Amino acid sequence: MTIAIEALNVEKRYGALQALAGVSLSVAEGEFFGLLGPNGAGKTTLISIIAGLARASAGEVRVMGADVVTDYRRARRMLGVVPQELVFDPFFTVRETLRIQSGYYGLRDNDAWIDEVIHHLDLGARADANMRALSGGMKRRVLVAQALVHRPPVIVLDEPTAGVDVELRRGLWQFIRRLNRDGHTIVLTTHYLEEAEELCDRIAMLKAGRIVALDSTRNLLGTFSGLVLRLRLDRETLPEGLAAEVLSGDAGHYALRLHDHGGLELVLRQLREAGATIRELELEPPDLEEVFLRVMRKH
Amino acid sequence: MASFPTLLYKELLRFWKVGFQTVAAPVLTALLYLVVFAYALEGRMRVYDQVSYAQFLVPGLVMMSVLQNAFANSSSSLIQSKITGNLVFMLLAPISYLEFFSAYVLASMIRGLVVGAGVLAVTVWFVELRVVAPLWVIAYALLGGAILGGLGLIAGIWADRFDQIAAFQNFVILPLTFLSGVFYSIRSLPEFWQQASRLNPFFYMIDGFRYGFFGISDVPPLASLAVVAVSFVLLSTACLLLLRSGYKLRQ
Repeated sequence: MTIAIEALNVEKRYGALQALAGVSLSVAEGEFFGLLGPNGAGKTTLISIIAGLARASAGEVRVMGADVVTDYRRARRMLGVVPQELVFDPFFTVRETLRIQSGYYGLRDNDAWIDEVIHHLDLGARADANMRALSGGMKRRVLVAQALVHRPPVIVLDEPTAGVDVELRRGLWQFIRRLNRDGHTIVLTTHYLEEAEELCDRIAMLKAGRIVALDSTRNLLGTFSGLVLRLRLDRETLPEGLAAEVLSGDAGHYALRLHDHGGLELVLRQLREAGATIRELELEPPDLEEVFLRVMRKH
Repeated sequence: MASFPTLLYKELLRFWKVGFQTVAAPVLTALLYLVVFAYALEGRMRVYDQVSYAQFLVPGLVMMSVLQNAFANSSSSLIQSKITGNLVFMLLAPISYLEFFSAYVLASMIRGLVVGAGVLAVTVWFVELRVVAPLWVIAYALLGGAILGGLGLIAGIWADRFDQIAAFQNFVILPLTFLSGVFYSIRSLPEFWQQASRLNPFFYMIDGFRYGFFGISDVPPLASLAVVAVSFVLLSTACLLLLRSGYKLRQ
């Protein structure tokens, strides 16, 4: 298995502020990886170090095996970054912007691919418009296009859907998912936890410059949150054995914590033995938001 | 040097797209200087016996335009990219600091030379000029443009705001160009100011450039060329070291 991004004990200090305090992680080729954390956790700092926009105070980072400092040219060719800020060069049109960006990577005959990217991101109608004339959503799509002009195997998206309307967000994710299916490694930071839950194979949670959780999305959801079983019973008392798992209970409505689906059978058996009748039953899947909040509280 | 041609193209396209402001305006400014100074002072001032004041003035104005526009090009381009944030597209790409330096400086030289050529083309309608040593003219124009392009790059790296660039332009570049003998020969100055002028590298650029037109100068042209060449090497080294360190560009 090739490692797309490898960070080893990465530290970053800005004067007295420790933005990253020894972060290590590796992202496998082809993975869809999420980087979550509250504001100021160090997500953008980590991405900046991976992209070569900032230099680590200590530690090493490699992109597809290339060190981002000593072999920066190869590392940067392997990487496409969609920055968080909506930045653009007001002097150029969309097509000029993409041609120039291609040229920075030494690609001077790249029009066929540029046309394809323009088409997939639905920028065709405005390809010859000046960047200044574009709406925020359009500018965001040009940023994505710029990150893709050199067909990088690894794509990093730093909060790409912040302030983007629902329709565009959907379109963007469809496109990114397709890139992932085509073999691109995707690293994503986002504030929308449902987005991360839906898209990412694995997730790292950062807090105050440290990784506080790093696992597959499925394991994270399982470990920290379990399942919530909502019941409406024909009575207002629960069998004693279940009391420890009650999250809330009121007038025959109960919410119980289950560690996994196997726990359901146990609850049903105890209810049967107590002679209770179930009027309604609902099993809620784990929720990344709850996991996130618990992890952040714990550390 | 895979990225260099595109970076150069981008820099050229940038100033060319606003050519009215970056080329036509400075040509007009230089022409106004010529009209005002040459006609106001004609007959009252004579620097060299065989050269009229208007003739004396033209090479100085051309070189001043080359220098000021070379500085304006790299400094304004870089500070704009820093402030609007689009510098990130260059920082993300595999561009070496040498390519970055070369593209910005060469584009600045070209802008300086285009404006300088424009000033020359317009002024020859008013003033008869001859060029006795064109190679000196070219050498000084190229080196002067490169020095100011590099200086603009340093200013752009250092500055965080537009007004800092404006301050650099108004408090460093403008005094140094005005006090370099564009409008007079330093021999007409008191001894102290003559010596002070000799500490100003811009003086050697103007004086040497003018030598190419008239074959006369305050300082031997080879000596001026040595000063200018050393200035170029020192400044370029400083600029390359700054770029390599990532000072104010990469955190």
